[in-house]
Amino acid sequence: MNKPIFQISPGFEEIMPPEYRELVANGPYGKGFGVSDLGSYKELIEEHPLCAGCGLALSIRLALASLPNPGDTVIVGSTGCSSLVFPQVALHNIHSLFGNQNAVASGLKRALKLRFPDKVKDVVVIAGDGATADIGLDMVMQSWFRRENITTIMLDNEAYANTGGQESGMSRQGAVLNMAPTGKKFPKATLPEVAQAAGCAYVAATSPAHPRMLEKAVRKAVLIAREVGPTYIQLFSPCPTNYKFKPQETIPLIKQREKEGIFRNQEYISDEAQRFLDSLEEARKK
Amino acid sequence: MGKQQITDPHHLLFEAPRVQSFITGSEAVAEAVKRANVDMAIAYPITPQSESMHLVGELFEQGYIRDFYRAENEFAVMAAIHGASLGGGRVFTATSGPGTLRAMEMFPVWAGARQPIVCAFMCRGVSLPPSIQPENIEMGMLLDTGMLMLHAEDGQDFHDMVLAGYAVAEQPEVHLPVGVFVDGFFATHTKDRILLPPADLKLPPYDPRTAPVPTFDMETPPMRITRDPLLNKSNFISGAANASWHQEVLAAAERSRRHLRTYLGGLLEVESPKAKTLIVASGTAVSQSREALRLLQAEGIDAGLIKIKSIRPFPEEELAEATDHADLIVVPEFNAGGWLGREVKAALDRNRRVVSGPRLFGGMSMPPGLIVETIKGAMATKNRSAGGA
Repeated sequence: MNKPIFQISPGFEEIMPPEYRELVANGPYGKGFGVSDLGSYKELIEEHPLCAGCGLALSIRLALASLPNPGDTVIVGSTGCSSLVFPQVALHNIHSLFGNQNAVASGLKRALKLRFPDKVKDVVVIAGDGATADIGLDMVMQSWFRRENITTIMLDNEAYANTGGQESGMSRQGAVLNMAPTGKKFPKATLPEVAQAAGCAYVAATSPAHPRMLEKAVRKAVLIAREVGPTYIQLFSPCPTNYKFKPQETIPLIKQREKEGIFRNQEYISDEAQRFLDSLEEARKK
Repeated sequence: MGKQQITDPHHLLFEAPRVQSFITGSEAVAEAVKRANVDMAIAYPITPQSESMHLVGELFEQGYIRDFYRAENEFAVMAAIHGASLGGGRVFTATSGPGTLRAMEMFPVWAGARQPIVCAFMCRGVSLPPSIQPENIEMGMLLDTGMLMLHAEDGQDFHDMVLAGYAVAEQPEVHLPVGVFVDGFFATHTKDRILLPPADLKLPPYDPRTAPVPTFDMETPPMRITRDPLLNKSNFISGAANASWHQEVLAAAERSRRHLRTYLGGLLEVESPKAKTLIVASGTAVSQSREALRLLQAEGIDAGLIKIKSIRPFPEEELAEATDHADLIVVPEFNAGGWLGREVKAALDRNRRVVSGPRLFGGMSMPPGLIVETIKGAMATKNRSAGGA
């Protein structure tokens, strides 16, 4: 615990839920933990209501474990399966409506800059593919155009899963889903390329099949967003419930897609962002 | 930017010496924002709101506001304002007609999130055929969003209600958004003599720690104890939690009444209270009704006027008391739907006394003579039916 605000007032320990007490005693705030520390501390995510084998659950767990500064990070979410998880996440997190997440994050980050000029407050958007690539795309892109200092993480399960498995802009062409009864007629949206063109200083596409890669991407994205500009990460998070595969096949499915060349891990770093990362590395060596 | 001293809202609104200025309603709202110690404003252009937000942008350039930007659409404006307020900032924005409707999904979110956002609405037509002309149908569409709604008659009200809006909205027991509505063009684009408090005074900064809900800044402990989110669960506990939250929003609006009385001098105002014929109006229809009163009184017809300043909460009890002795209540308004007429009818017993009209819309002005005709017509009908009985 790096901040006294997380301490429980004397006399109230017993009435706090056990998982909260555990969080206070052994949480990740200010510890500099990463994914390799999972299992050794009380995680930010508590038991969640998502389906067995949910790719989103894996991505959220790893992304939260990768945050460089959880004690001063506020998450902005959106409607979807992920919004069922966040009430059980031990960070301030906002879910207001479907699709407005990057607009909310823009206002939030600016207000936090005004109120805490001498302190870093990271604002990270974590939302699904429908929220990011469809209903909220204009606000996502406009936040990039404005060069807002926020990180946007898309949990890409290639469908509207929470409403019962409908086609989204991120579904693959030909996929037969609700509202696409004869198969999707147009290709999966290419958000990483869009993000780069729209001004993101750092863009990565990866998945929970590569925890280390995911961790590095999240850390870089959050650090770069602080100083350089907006960053975007797309996490392929397959949905066993709506795509009808077995819960234990989530990670094998990602790896199979990689093998077939259908999904590829990508990374783009702008020159300015690279110089910034180099300067951090220099400072660390000294 | 001139140096500003912090003063309390009561002093700023009621005690500080005022100087007369001949300005538009748009300028008046910017003068209020200048004195409101606003952290952040966000704007999207729409007629007839734009001029006021240009001026608010200039306040940012001059240093009176700490952050400002032009956003991508009104839904995004209201979402970003929501985010800035969740982060603990005092915020301001404004919109009009179609912008209000585009942003509609956000207003219940502001109220549900218990945010003391002040938003000005320069009302205009919203329908097809397209209209940028004055009318206030959008107010009828916002009656149940949970926000407090004040209706300004003129530039003076507009200025004072924006400042009073912050004072009321930020009361810990209220903490709700306040919409300050004005009939576009009539009040925004016409110059009037407006009394302004000194420009070297401003409200105290907003302290988010006085809010009844936590600020999203990771400076208070994160909660993580909602094992059953209020959202999407069909069980009794989730349903009851959700319902009680809504009830508390409504209760907070009820608790705003005493603060509105303090900062607006009442939720309504009455002129010639003893008259048996009363006009009940809000916004610029009040000004037109004042003229109608003059015309009626010149003809020896005794009539009075009730100006409703607060639409939400609605002054049901005050209105019932003020109209108890009246035989005829006429409600002129600037929209086709007649929402104020419905509100008045719903608040009163013997509501066949209420004539909902005249209604002007599509950009037409309201000739005082039309209000006079409506009153005379209603009196004649009443006399005929009395004679026939």
